[in-house]
Amino acid sequence: MKIWKIIATTAIAFGLSAGAAFAQVAPDALVKSVAEEVLTTIRNNKDIQNDPKKLGDLLEAKLLPNFNFARMTQLAMGRNWNKATPEQQKALTAEFKTLLVRTYSGALATYKDNTIEYKPLKAKPEDKEVIVRTQVVKPGSQPIPIDYSMENTPEGWKAYDVVVGGVSLVTNYREEFNNAIRESGVDGLLKLLATKNKAGEKK
Amino acid sequence: MKRLTAALAVAVLGGALGGCASAPTAVDPLEPMNRAVFKFNDAADRAVLKPVAEGYTKVVPDVARTGVSNFFGNIGDLITVVNSLLQGKKEKAGDSLGRVLVNSSFGILGLFDFASAGGIEKHDEDFGQTLGHWGVGTGPYLVLPLLGPSTVRDSVGRLVDGQADPVAQMSHVPTRNVTQGVRVIDTRAQLLGTEGLLDQAALDKYTFVRGAYLQRRKNLVYDGKPPEDEEEPTAPAEVPTAAPANAPANK
Repeated sequence: MKIWKIIATTAIAFGLSAGAAFAQVAPDALVKSVAEEVLTTIRNNKDIQNDPKKLGDLLEAKLLPNFNFARMTQLAMGRNWNKATPEQQKALTAEFKTLLVRTYSGALATYKDNTIEYKPLKAKPEDKEVIVRTQVVKPGSQPIPIDYSMENTPEGWKAYDVVVGGVSLVTNYREEFNNAIRESGVDGLLKLLATKNKAGEKK
Repeated sequence: MKRLTAALAVAVLGGALGGCASAPTAVDPLEPMNRAVFKFNDAADRAVLKPVAEGYTKVVPDVARTGVSNFFGNIGDLITVVNSLLQGKKEKAGDSLGRVLVNSSFGILGLFDFASAGGIEKHDEDFGQTLGHWGVGTGPYLVLPLLGPSTVRDSVGRLVDGQADPVAQMSHVPTRNVTQGVRVIDTRAQLLGTEGLLDQAALDKYTFVRGAYLQRRKNLVYDGKPPEDEEEPTAPAEVPTAAPANAPANK
């Protein structure tokens, strides 16, 4: 049963990585400032907690700039990435982003009572990629680790994978994408994602 | 329920442990059966377990529910003591034993979690992990009726852990059944409000949960440091991850 908890905790992971694009802030400092800012905003604003649209706006402003969705999609596609045309790649990235944001932002508000611990960063200054380790602490349960794989880009550090309790988001979607593509090709996967996102819109 | 699990595990065991080094494609040879059980569990959850858990959270006050969760958490700590010892992890065994002692006494049979308040870390070791620690492969993926995702190895682990579980060993059968029932409701109640998430996130719920479960268990067996790429032979194909440094991540 614990696995459900892990899947659900991924929602916090998304809340954590929000934040304005600080040009050259260290990756761990970035995660922390963004996480605290977003969680504090959610905690202090009842109307954000109750209004998915306002929550969406907050995340759009603070969270999304800190993700590299293009790379996330590419990693989730694995070797299928090169089978897709540049247009398909663009469309896939957009749909995948929509799916992730809608899925996890909705559940975020339920996590406002948890606290986050930030572990010391183990990295050399010249590293281009680092893993920022955090854990979510809720009184009475075992802490759930959340790790962010981050890369240094000209626009600052950006997350390209989130690993919750050892479950990598990208790896998990890779199998799903693989199956969909095997059954109905890249276009089939695109259609599947689009249909799913449309259904989510209506809710 | 337990007997059913046992029967199932034993039935599959023969073929399973024999060739346990599972190639990624071979990890779920029982997929058709598993999918059927998954569907059944889903329906059972909607029809029975979820409504009951909702009623439970409505009727029972917060404090009491925390006490219930702590009580079962304390039993979990006891099982962690045994399995940490079996894996030679002295520090975890020590922490967990400390937790059990503190919470069982000052915490009144585990109803209060003073150990967490006092900063003794909670760990999670079970016999499935112990087997994994000593090199036993997972065997095929298995969805257990009502219990959910597992593998042959972890199902065996569950049975063995049951031997160390004071609740499962209660001699008064009605008390035991009620206690087990409360445990199931407690677990489910902690997850209320999250079920829509899976519906939203997954393209195919079954594969999504399977992937997450297998990754999670592997991570636990290696205490958070699993060897890389062992399960992803296709990984080299994606090496040209030409880090899209200039890719406009989003606009």
